[in-house]
Amino acid sequence: MSDTVVITETKTLPYSFTLPVVGGAGAFFGLFVGTAQGSGLLGVVIGFVLCAALAWVALSLAGVKNEKGFKWGCIALFLVAGFLVGGAPGLVLGGLFGWFLGWFIYWIGRGRYRMFLPPYLTGGQVLWHYSFRVICGAIFVFLITPILVVMPLSFNAENFFTFTPEMLSFDPAGYSLRHYRDFFSSAEWQQALRNSLMIAPVATLLAVGFGTLAAIGLSQPHVPFRQAIMAILISPMIVPLIISAAGMYFFYSRIGLQGTYVGVVLAHAALGIPFVIITVTATLVGFDRSLTRAAANMGANPVTTFFRVQMPLILPGVISGGLFAFITSFDEVVVVLFVGSANQQTLPWQMFTGLREQISPTILAVATILVGISIVLLTTVELLRRRSERLRGLSPG
Amino acid sequence: MKLTKTLLATTALTVAAAGANAESHVEMADSMTIVSWGGAYQESQLKAYVEPYMEQNPGVSVTWDESSPEAVAKLRAMDEAGNITWDLVDVTAADAMRLCDEGLAMEVDHDEILAEAPDGTPATEDFGDMIVSDCFVPQIAYSITNAYRTDVDEWEGRTPEDICALFDTENFPGNRTLERRPINNMEWALMCDGVAFEDIYDVLETEEGQQQALDKLDTIKDQTIWWTSAAESIQTLADAEAVIGSSYNGRFFSAIVEQDQPLEMLWDAQVYDIDGWIIPEGLSDEKLARVEHFLKFATDTQRLADQAKYISYGPARASSVPLVSTHAELGIEMAPHMPTNPDNSDNAFVQNYEWWADYRDDIDAKFQAWLAR
Repeated sequence: MSDTVVITETKTLPYSFTLPVVGGAGAFFGLFVGTAQGSGLLGVVIGFVLCAALAWVALSLAGVKNEKGFKWGCIALFLVAGFLVGGAPGLVLGGLFGWFLGWFIYWIGRGRYRMFLPPYLTGGQVLWHYSFRVICGAIFVFLITPILVVMPLSFNAENFFTFTPEMLSFDPAGYSLRHYRDFFSSAEWQQALRNSLMIAPVATLLAVGFGTLAAIGLSQPHVPFRQAIMAILISPMIVPLIISAAGMYFFYSRIGLQGTYVGVVLAHAALGIPFVIITVTATLVGFDRSLTRAAANMGANPVTTFFRVQMPLILPGVISGGLFAFITSFDEVVVVLFVGSANQQTLPWQMFTGLREQISPTILAVATILVGISIVLLTTVELLRRRSERLRGLSPG
Repeated sequence: MKLTKTLLATTALTVAAAGANAESHVEMADSMTIVSWGGAYQESQLKAYVEPYMEQNPGVSVTWDESSPEAVAKLRAMDEAGNITWDLVDVTAADAMRLCDEGLAMEVDHDEILAEAPDGTPATEDFGDMIVSDCFVPQIAYSITNAYRTDVDEWEGRTPEDICALFDTENFPGNRTLERRPINNMEWALMCDGVAFEDIYDVLETEEGQQQALDKLDTIKDQTIWWTSAAESIQTLADAEAVIGSSYNGRFFSAIVEQDQPLEMLWDAQVYDIDGWIIPEGLSDEKLARVEHFLKFATDTQRLADQAKYISYGPARASSVPLVSTHAELGIEMAPHMPTNPDNSDNAFVQNYEWWADYRDDIDAKFQAWLAR
């Protein structure tokens, strides 16, 4: 990789730059600690002075030679300070901050932040380079925090969505697996899991079958009204779900499918088909049609050509479409509430009613498990996508 | 068009075949879909009468649907679609009245379909005033009441004595949590604004009275977290986001006694309500036979008394009250936790259905407008 090469020499920067910057960082963190302890202003002042003093110690007394020693000292100092202020959680946070500060002082003070950047950049450009990364990180945190908060709460020993004092002080008594036990031992949740596992794969198979055929058909240039047909087929993805759900409810009631297993499977298949069509169509764009002509030239009939030539090449698109269809069915709550009856209660249905009627952390335990499953599925999709790109020669892989 | 016809025809055939099949084998359907509220309440129904019933009648299967909160809307949709999938629905008295008026619930002859008391008192007398609608089979009396946290430092040892602590932000600072609707909140506001208990509904009938109640609520509006599902209010109180607020008494019982939360009941000016069964209109004969068979068992004197072992709601039958005993797991006496206990009944209201039926739309609109301000 190119950016591990040092392209700008480092040198010790003047104190007039280092001390205010490091002190500013200290003031920023001091604000939080100070506010938690009662006085934000005092925290800012102490943080500024302490960190600026440490930066001076590091750069004038310790120097680059004793860098390791200084960093360990810094970690030890903040471990002790954190423990005195906040007990066990303070210990962890203090240690982390000590590690960060030790690194930050040398990073700023020795000008290491310019190490991997071209030497001709102006100060403003360097600042923007790092601000950009911080903004990206902040957006990432914003997106991921609600999901992360759920996970520790699911190990709550209590029956409420509350970070208890025991949990915050990392007391093992504050944590338990009881909500996971609840999930695996409750007949209702297990029935819901079974229903989900019976509905989602079948709906996925239907969606993949129909979706792939539709995508192949619509990729033929001679099909009339291609755009219109495509629009209709992917409409379940665009029309508000509640509208599809209400429509399906009345239509399925009339033909006797409402409240049946088949009805829910068909409804979920309809929701999954657009995903399959879109991913398969995208893969077909890179498919070389001369291959089918070559196969025909060698005497293969269209069916053989499809299974031996075309299918292996578009398989990644088919599989990722299938995974999306699966997740759609597995996570879907609106349509199943309308089209299903009490016999088809799926996991999301159970979570929905559970959340409304009894805010129990069992829901969080289930959510954590589902997040795990989603991560596995999406990782698979990503790996398949890379394989597909490699096969199509778009990336050196 | 052709496709639809074919589909309709096949469906009709299947349905006809299924119907004929059922008739030739059994009189009573062997499955029931019961709609209830989920949570501890549904659990109490399961333990007190559904499990015993299934033991006595092996081969009967029961499916639960936790859809009682939207029972009215769903029954309307089912009726419109001509496809009733529920057999027995647990609803509040107010919902039962609406469903009955709309013809979505079946009118029943209480003396005919319900068991008599052990001493031979007919059901209508045993249930008494609880039968608020011809379609309604009462099960339990519950109440919407208040509770407060016992560990609030700012209160310096003061404990709320009556309902007006809700509005006393000086002695009892902190957030409140109240239901996001005018019912009960308006009554409590007037009570704490100097209106005599017996005059409340007279005052609330007038424009000025309504404004007076909203003005009183205005004093705590900034500190109120509004809930729509009872679970939310318990969560808010357990989390110490609010320090005092309303919920169903059974929820509080479970939080205090079963979950050990630092909460204390404030029974003053609780509002009683009734919950019970309705049978949807238009069930097939076999289904109806099964539901009536179950209903007779599930609402007899002993079964309703048994339910009180699992949840602190008072049985709707007078003859069940003396049979109420101790909590099934904790072994504590249940009577002191019942909303109907005389010690808890100071200033207690009974949900005024008729009055609210007349004024609800108007006051709802005003309340929502006030909330949005």
